Amino acid sequence: MFWLPTSQFYYMHRYFPHTEAEIREMLAACGLSELRELYGDVPAELLLAKPYDLPAQMSDDEVRKAFDAFAEQNIPVKACFAGGGFYDHYVPAAVKSLIGRSEFLTAYTPYQPEISQGTLQYIFEYQTMMSRLTGLEISNASMYDGSTATAEAMMMAVAVGRKRRRVLVSATLDPAVRRVVDTYARYHGVEVETVTEAGGVTDLLHLDRLLAAYDDIAGVVLPQPNRYGIVEDLSGIADKVHARKALLILNCIAADLATLRTPGEWGADIACGDAQSLGIPLSFGGPYLGYLCAAKSLMRKMPGRIVGATADAGGRRSFVLTLQAREQHIRRDKATSNICSNQGLMTLYVSIYMSLLGSEGLREVAWRGHQTALYLLQEMTGSGRCRMAYPDKPFLNEFLLEMDADVDLDLFVRRCIEDEKILPGIRIDGNRLLMACTEMQTKEDVDRLVNVFRNL
Amino acid sequence: MNRELYGKLVFELSRPGRRGYRLPQSHISSSDLVGSKGEKAPEIPSVLLRRQQLSLPECDELTVVRHYNNMSTNNFGVDTGFYPLGSCTMKYNPKINEEVASHAGFASAHPATPGYASQGRLRLYRTLERALSEIGGMAEFTLNPFAGAHGELTGLMVIRAYHDSRGDKRRRKVIVPDSAHGTNPASAAVAGLEVVEVKSLPDGTVDVEALRPLLDDTVAAMMMTNPNTLGIFEHSIPEIARMVHDAGGLMYYDGANLNPMLGMARPGDMGFDVMHINLHKTFSTPHGGGGPGSGPVGVRAGLECFLPSPRVVEHADGTLDLEYSHEALGSISATLGNFAVQARALAYILSLGSDGLMEAGSLATLNANYVKEALKGDYLLPVEGLCKHEFVFDGLSDKSTGVTTLHVAKRLLDHGYHAPTIYFPLLFHESLMIEPTETESKETLDEFVAVMRDIAREARETPDIVLSAPHNTPVTHPDDTEAALNPHVTFDMC
Repeated sequence: MFWLPTSQFYYMHRYFPHTEAEIREMLAACGLSELRELYGDVPAELLLAKPYDLPAQMSDDEVRKAFDAFAEQNIPVKACFAGGGFYDHYVPAAVKSLIGRSEFLTAYTPYQPEISQGTLQYIFEYQTMMSRLTGLEISNASMYDGSTATAEAMMMAVAVGRKRRRVLVSATLDPAVRRVVDTYARYHGVEVETVTEAGGVTDLLHLDRLLAAYDDIAGVVLPQPNRYGIVEDLSGIADKVHARKALLILNCIAADLATLRTPGEWGADIACGDAQSLGIPLSFGGPYLGYLCAAKSLMRKMPGRIVGATADAGGRRSFVLTLQAREQHIRRDKATSNICSNQGLMTLYVSIYMSLLGSEGLREVAWRGHQTALYLLQEMTGSGRCRMAYPDKPFLNEFLLEMDADVDLDLFVRRCIEDEKILPGIRIDGNRLLMACTEMQTKEDVDRLVNVFRNL
Repeated sequence: MNRELYGKLVFELSRPGRRGYRLPQSHISSSDLVGSKGEKAPEIPSVLLRRQQLSLPECDELTVVRHYNNMSTNNFGVDTGFYPLGSCTMKYNPKINEEVASHAGFASAHPATPGYASQGRLRLYRTLERALSEIGGMAEFTLNPFAGAHGELTGLMVIRAYHDSRGDKRRRKVIVPDSAHGTNPASAAVAGLEVVEVKSLPDGTVDVEALRPLLDDTVAAMMMTNPNTLGIFEHSIPEIARMVHDAGGLMYYDGANLNPMLGMARPGDMGFDVMHINLHKTFSTPHGGGGPGSGPVGVRAGLECFLPSPRVVEHADGTLDLEYSHEALGSISATLGNFAVQARALAYILSLGSDGLMEAGSLATLNANYVKEALKGDYLLPVEGLCKHEFVFDGLSDKSTGVTTLHVAKRLLDHGYHAPTIYFPLLFHESLMIEPTETESKETLDEFVAVMRDIAREARETPDIVLSAPHNTPVTHPDDTEAALNPHVTFDMC
């Protein structure tokens, strides 16, 4: 019966190349005879007495089926009107295909520039694109997400401000970002003071009062667009902030900066936020990409990795990790940040996406989101049961609706999801719904959504 | 490959008027926006609009595909060849992990999708959380931290929150061994804690006698890797844990070196209270040229209430939900973290299973010891004896040649290997840290050993060839001094 497998009782896992003979030979070379002896230096009472309480190994197909089973427990969503900083955008197929190149995917941080020019070059291209998008001179090679990027921007301002440890944060900043900023601030010894909101935007009178009231303000953090989708008018703020020797930090939705006045044009010192909107899949929350751009004078206070251009021995243009003296592996507890692994590969998503879309493409994306948002707003409010929460405030592709008291918002959301496979937005508080549009939703999607609302 | 054309930056390939995209159509026309009784949005005033023209590449799709495809050939990944980068656990990144991570049921989901529509995603999170708790010997994990250093920061915040909750607010000191990863002291500083270093003994393990006087009522925690950064198991760990606990401090486990412990021992059983795991090391998720990683944090029973929000909680009826009420610490992320990375790690755990995981640690340790024993004549091994997943040489044994660790590392590139980690840990002048991982075959290790011996021989006989390496990489000797003195960090600065 030669066709019976010879190793039907035991064989090594498919990821491990060792044969039994090799294991014996390798152990012998170490002067040992059993694998367990490799742990002779571990106190016996610490060695595991029994196998992990986990299922036995699976084939690829069994793993696939396990994930299919997870997916079946979700209610699939076909049209997404939820935003809040993260948007369902169209991404060309070439992006995913190129990302999958294993030379990019399975490389480590580019510590050896001679064999990492691929990684270093795409980060350099990313830094250039982000600098142009934000209108600020420099960019780092990524932070984890928009919330931690904003917390790092706050810590940068505090580092620049030396003894100044107070930061003003607008109440119109996204609350999820604010929670992270608050946590970092509490542990890092930073006082966070809230600038109140008035009519859906930062209360500029309150900002003036706070700027006048304190001498120890290191930075001011404002959002653009804000948590309600409103584009705020920041005219004159940079001068007031700078007059108090503080830094102006703008938290912006990256894709919107192709259309909106840039942080550089507003006079900001630091721009930060999430760049998920530039070609990164939603993936239920991550991986995304925190971006951090700044004026050139802040280069040596930047956290994280930075790629620089230089020449090699043959005069060829080449790229290296630069200004590493800021980083944790050199400066340890005096480093500008503790970040080590970042979101490197996500900068490749963004670089390829921006290379394919170009400036025109980003503007078309913004225009299309705006058009669909106008239509959605018109159709929703046309029902007479809801209205714009802040009707005099401009928005790009996201707006806040206030429902009549008799509208059961939870029921509306559930019906949209269960009956139409549509996620209609994000309920932010009480009876208010934040709705966002991109180029991905069609007229039919809007009509189906509004139909659920009308029949509620 | 046409190096002339494909050595360019994407900006140099741009031609005005070219397009590489077409958006899907919404079928909303301007006539749909007139005549309705619904509200109109206010015009966006021009003061709010961008003035400066945005210059981005204008390229067709094939130009972009060739550009990035060819760039990738200037890169070296685990799929390219052996990557013995110490402390980074560059093991094989299985293909099935990539497939399931891009599953439509996960990749297109918005993080604000309500819990009742996300049961499968929350179940995935919960399943991985339970598996890591079993492997770490901990009560519960949060998967939210985005990377190892983010996990360290979160873990230290948990420790501060614990002491603060007891009114024990003087505890601000974190003890780290002098061999610790740079992120340890950096994370402590971000968390508002002070770092005190404890010396290592000549055998590389923590000097218990040097630790004793540091343990007073200001100690918040002791932070350790085990095995340590020399790859040596801290055999005094039960005693160290007892001493730190007696002083009122907590034990923090830096999970960067967890790989050799798979199937053999659990940090929770060693006396650690809080730990993080680098999913991009021990659990095979690809490093992506710098990230994204994932750094879940586990805690022993009694500390769960200090984990950050949001949490995935299980109701009595078996349904799962997101909870934001863990206010002791607050949030360290806007979402549940790098979800697609978590999915890959779970795929790996399911693929290996209990039986595969039991084998992984000892095979990683076997590979490391095999290479160490083979090379220890030519290279200086400062600490003899068993190592775990990695080991450190202090450069070549023959110090008369002028060939340093940096030269050895660069010469390895010529032979198609990634270099080991160099000049870390800081305990030796010429540290060369090698971690083969369990997924490398004996032939690969034998060839690597042969090349390392050749380099040692070259250093004695023809040192110039080593001193001037590398010779056949896409670029050679990029001038990093000039790069730092005169930083050009965007194309516009060049």
